[in-house]
Amino acid sequence: MIKVENLTKYYGYNKAVSNLSFEVEKGEILGFLGPNGAGKTTTMKMLTCFMPPSSGRASIFGFDIQKDSMEVRRRIGYLPEKTPLYHDLKVKEYLELVARLKGVANTSIRSSIERSVESCGLEQVAGKIIGTLSKGYQQRVGIAQAVINDPELLILDEPTLGLDPRQIIDIRHLINNLGRERTVILSSHILPEVSQVCHRVIIINKGILVAVDSPENLRERLKKSSIIRVKVRASGDPGRISEIISSLEGVLMTKIQHADEETVSLIVESVPVKEMRDTIASVLVKNNIGLLEIYGEELSLEDIFIKLVTKEPA
Amino acid sequence: MISKFRAIYLRELKYYFHSITAYVTICIFMIICGYFFFSIFRYYNFISLEIIQSSDLSANINLIDGVMRPMFSNISIIILLILPMITMRLISEEKKQGTFELLLTFPVSDTAIIAGKFFASLTILAIMLSLTLIFPIMLMIFSDPEMLPVLSGYLGLLLMGASFLSIGTFFSSLTSNQLVAGVSTFGVSLFFLVIGWAAPLTGSTISTILAESSILVHFESFSKGIIDLKDISYYLLLSLFFLFLTLKSLESSRWRA
Repeated sequence: MIKVENLTKYYGYNKAVSNLSFEVEKGEILGFLGPNGAGKTTTMKMLTCFMPPSSGRASIFGFDIQKDSMEVRRRIGYLPEKTPLYHDLKVKEYLELVARLKGVANTSIRSSIERSVESCGLEQVAGKIIGTLSKGYQQRVGIAQAVINDPELLILDEPTLGLDPRQIIDIRHLINNLGRERTVILSSHILPEVSQVCHRVIIINKGILVAVDSPENLRERLKKSSIIRVKVRASGDPGRISEIISSLEGVLMTKIQHADEETVSLIVESVPVKEMRDTIASVLVKNNIGLLEIYGEELSLEDIFIKLVTKEPA
Repeated sequence: MISKFRAIYLRELKYYFHSITAYVTICIFMIICGYFFFSIFRYYNFISLEIIQSSDLSANINLIDGVMRPMFSNISIIILLILPMITMRLISEEKKQGTFELLLTFPVSDTAIIAGKFFASLTILAIMLSLTLIFPIMLMIFSDPEMLPVLSGYLGLLLMGASFLSIGTFFSSLTSNQLVAGVSTFGVSLFFLVIGWAAPLTGSTISTILAESSILVHFESFSKGIIDLKDISYYLLLSLFFLFLTLKSLESSRWRA
């Protein structure tokens, strides 16, 4: 489907993207995650044939981005980062212009405009001048122009940047709907967004690929240890409770977080085994210690992201 | 290709006519032209009276040499000043707003983009020039000037304007700063206009080169009513040369980006 091999881009002496390789399957929604300046936009600009890579290759539906640039451009829809639109045109006029430029057949221009107006929820503003629309609607117009030629691949650069929470939710819904029949590559530096929308995530930092996987697998993979929080009824020496748990196999460390006359709270770090909580619970019950609370702490995608991108270079 | 060219061409024209740009430009152009026509015509009247009074029958004056030729050289200076302001936004503005990036990812050839934009600006020029036809028409109503020198003069103005426009398109493609594009266009256009002035100061070969490179020298014959293939090719080649440079500049912006 989409194949990227050793894609590299230099700006002068500055390496913006370095030996990036990945593949995207048909129908997938792929998230590009990375801090600002990680090379997300640069990669997208290369995939959309806006600028050629310094070295490496990429092919989209079997068409090389450099050799068959026109074929690639015909099959993609692109929304650049700052949603560049012609602010003096009306929404419909603009979509008609884009449809003509993208080579939509004369006979189907009207229906293409109607379809993308409808799918992006622009019915109410179709006759308005783009410059007068709110940022949320402008973003929808940006997406509408990207889908006007019914592309198989949508490339969206930070599609929710600068929107209010309500608009962000709307745009996410829109992307999910559009992604049902298409392949979508979107970039973001907002983590929950990627984990909600994308099937697979590529994390890049300083132009280097750090990880590629589904949000769930990334979470699993990074669980070198898991944290379990335990709260028990105080009975005698809190240190004894700590000792009991520490003596279990697989427990790396136990720390008393808080102890008063009523309760004792502990943080237990253990190797990532699923039944660790069961073991702790049963040993506490065996020792007649009243178990009040026990729960495992999930690593959020945010933690993973920070872990990955702040890792010191080896 | 043609339909994409047409889409860009119409979009550019729409931009000029949806905003106040075209109206203000054309209006100011016409006011200045009107003023020049008025003063040139008054001067022509004055000279005619002088000649009649002195009854010097050897003096040969006519409306073409007395009114239209000075009018043409004035119009050529006015368009030299105005056209850079029309072309400076052609590509610069889109570069600044980021719409150019999107345009380059559409399946549209660079040639179609440049041609669409260039011919839109040429259309504005054609509208401006055709409005000034009112002056020779007024002469025709009250007198009987020769028609062909007027037409060839207009052809010359259109060709000369096209070369200014192509220079402007080129500089607009180089920068996202409209002012820089406009000033550079004006500078280079003026350079081509006055380059012939240095001709008498130099040796024979260089003198010929300088004279033949001048936009003004090639306009001379048009305003006299002579349509020479040499002059037409000069203007066409100059325009094509700068449009070719524009094409190269777009191509290079892809790999330099």
